[in-house]
Amino acid sequence: MDFINAIILLLNYIIVPALSYGSQLALGAIFVTLIYGILRFANFATGDMMSFGTMFAVLLTWYFQSLGISLGVLPTALLAIPFAIIMMILYMLIIDKLVFKYYRIKKSPPVQLAMVSIGVLFVTQAIVRIIIGPFDRRFFDGERFILKANEFKEMTGLNEGLTIKSTQVLTIVVTIIVVSILFWFLNKTKTGKSMRAYSDNEDLALLSGIDPNKVVMITWMIAGVLATIGGVLYGLDKSFKPFVYFNNMLPIFAAAIVGGIGNPFGAFLGGYVIAFAEIFITYAYKKFFMYLLPESLEPDTLMQLLSTDYKFAVSFSILVIVLLFRPTGIFKGKVL
Amino acid sequence: MAFFEGKGMTGGYGGPDIITSCTINVDQGEIVAILGPNGAGKSTAMKAMLGLLELKSGIVTIGGKDISKLSPQDRVKQGISFVPQTRNVFTGLTVRENLEMGAFLRNEDLEKIINEIYELFPILNEKKSQFVGELSGGQRQQVALGRALMTKPSVLMLDEPTAGVSPIVMDELFNHILKVKKTNVAIIMVEQNAKQALSISDRGYVLVTGENKFEGSGKELLNDPEVRRSFLGA
Repeated sequence: MDFINAIILLLNYIIVPALSYGSQLALGAIFVTLIYGILRFANFATGDMMSFGTMFAVLLTWYFQSLGISLGVLPTALLAIPFAIIMMILYMLIIDKLVFKYYRIKKSPPVQLAMVSIGVLFVTQAIVRIIIGPFDRRFFDGERFILKANEFKEMTGLNEGLTIKSTQVLTIVVTIIVVSILFWFLNKTKTGKSMRAYSDNEDLALLSGIDPNKVVMITWMIAGVLATIGGVLYGLDKSFKPFVYFNNMLPIFAAAIVGGIGNPFGAFLGGYVIAFAEIFITYAYKKFFMYLLPESLEPDTLMQLLSTDYKFAVSFSILVIVLLFRPTGIFKGKVL
Repeated sequence: MAFFEGKGMTGGYGGPDIITSCTINVDQGEIVAILGPNGAGKSTAMKAMLGLLELKSGIVTIGGKDISKLSPQDRVKQGISFVPQTRNVFTGLTVRENLEMGAFLRNEDLEKIINEIYELFPILNEKKSQFVGELSGGQRQQVALGRALMTKPSVLMLDEPTAGVSPIVMDELFNHILKVKKTNVAIIMVEQNAKQALSISDRGYVLVTGENKFEGSGKELLNDPEVRRSFLGA
């Protein structure tokens, strides 16, 4: 019985949260990797672009709520996502036309484009702060829990409860759907294949008649979908605070690089690698060992490797280790 | 007048001229080899015909039509296909996807053309679902040829198709090129392996410092004592 309790404890505090956090990172990481593979620069504005899209979803959710529109048990934000995606894509295409296109045509080196993206980061961040402000916003409504801790305890008669939030299930389900559609698109459609070809060998793609402007436009559109959905799912699960989105850029970049930059499937798995690593290392295992060890061996510390305040240090360390020992990532990078 | 012709081409990559009043032409169903020592401007002459560099003077025509002002992409639409020396395949795509990308601009049913390519290069059919990055050098060259043929070109330009492959594979590739010739395609190739290239070519050009030095049928060039001494190493 103690053994089952220990497993439930891990499920409740590590596995379920890491799966949903990993999904959110995965969407961001695929965004980073697509831009890197096709536009060939590291987009430092990733986090703030995600907060830009989410901001629209938040505003629209409030608007829908004021009109009395709701989705019942599901969060109203789901209804706002398509409109937010449109706004996000428009913003990205405008930024591309006004800023990135100039450097792309000039064939600037990737480092210069990365610096340019930092400029975009500041502008985007400022716009978000002007429109919605820097504060913590909650926009979740509907049914919060699918499974509550006491219900689970009553059902099973165990000491440990298992909580499953609806946002966690929603995150995982939506991510799987979005990522499946994306991989289907990249591997089965003519446009998707031409994007992979362009990422693989730009010169030959041009000789084959692939239109670079169309490839770039579609890349931004996909990026807009990923950024908005990833951002909204994160905001529903936790809350919407622009600064947190900016901070999330580190684990997102770590995920993209761990998976092999330019490789969308790698980025997808990389998201979970980073999420599990962060949570495994910062979890306090005291209770877990109390269940498993005899009373005499009971630990008197928290049995925590690293305080949760340092969770970004975990992503950062993984990033550095991967770059030092396997710069192409776990999966072969630079291939789309 | 030849089917595809670059006449009096002069130009370079922005700096000094690499080719000066260089003339190369080819007819359909003919193989023409461009030979010459290193740095003679062989590849440059070919790239000029594709439009990869701006010419100071000279014109390029296909079927009597002046295409000197067209971009490389537009020349591809005119039926010219080019196989670069390096990076001539999409390594992260499968063999079949490479062929599909070759025919990106064609909208009709690809199955028929792809099957024709498979008939020409049976190994590609065998490996169609494999990533090109996993294939051998000779097989990759066949993918590159196949990709270029997907547009049903009337002119095929090959930049050192046998660079870095073993002699056995080289013979095999030349056989494939002969098969392509039989489909009434005009073929221009730049080659380092001069003797072998001339043995399958109808005509050859020898360039020296960007100018036409010798030209003639493959046999004539092979037997010309001066050409033999300077470029064929015998």
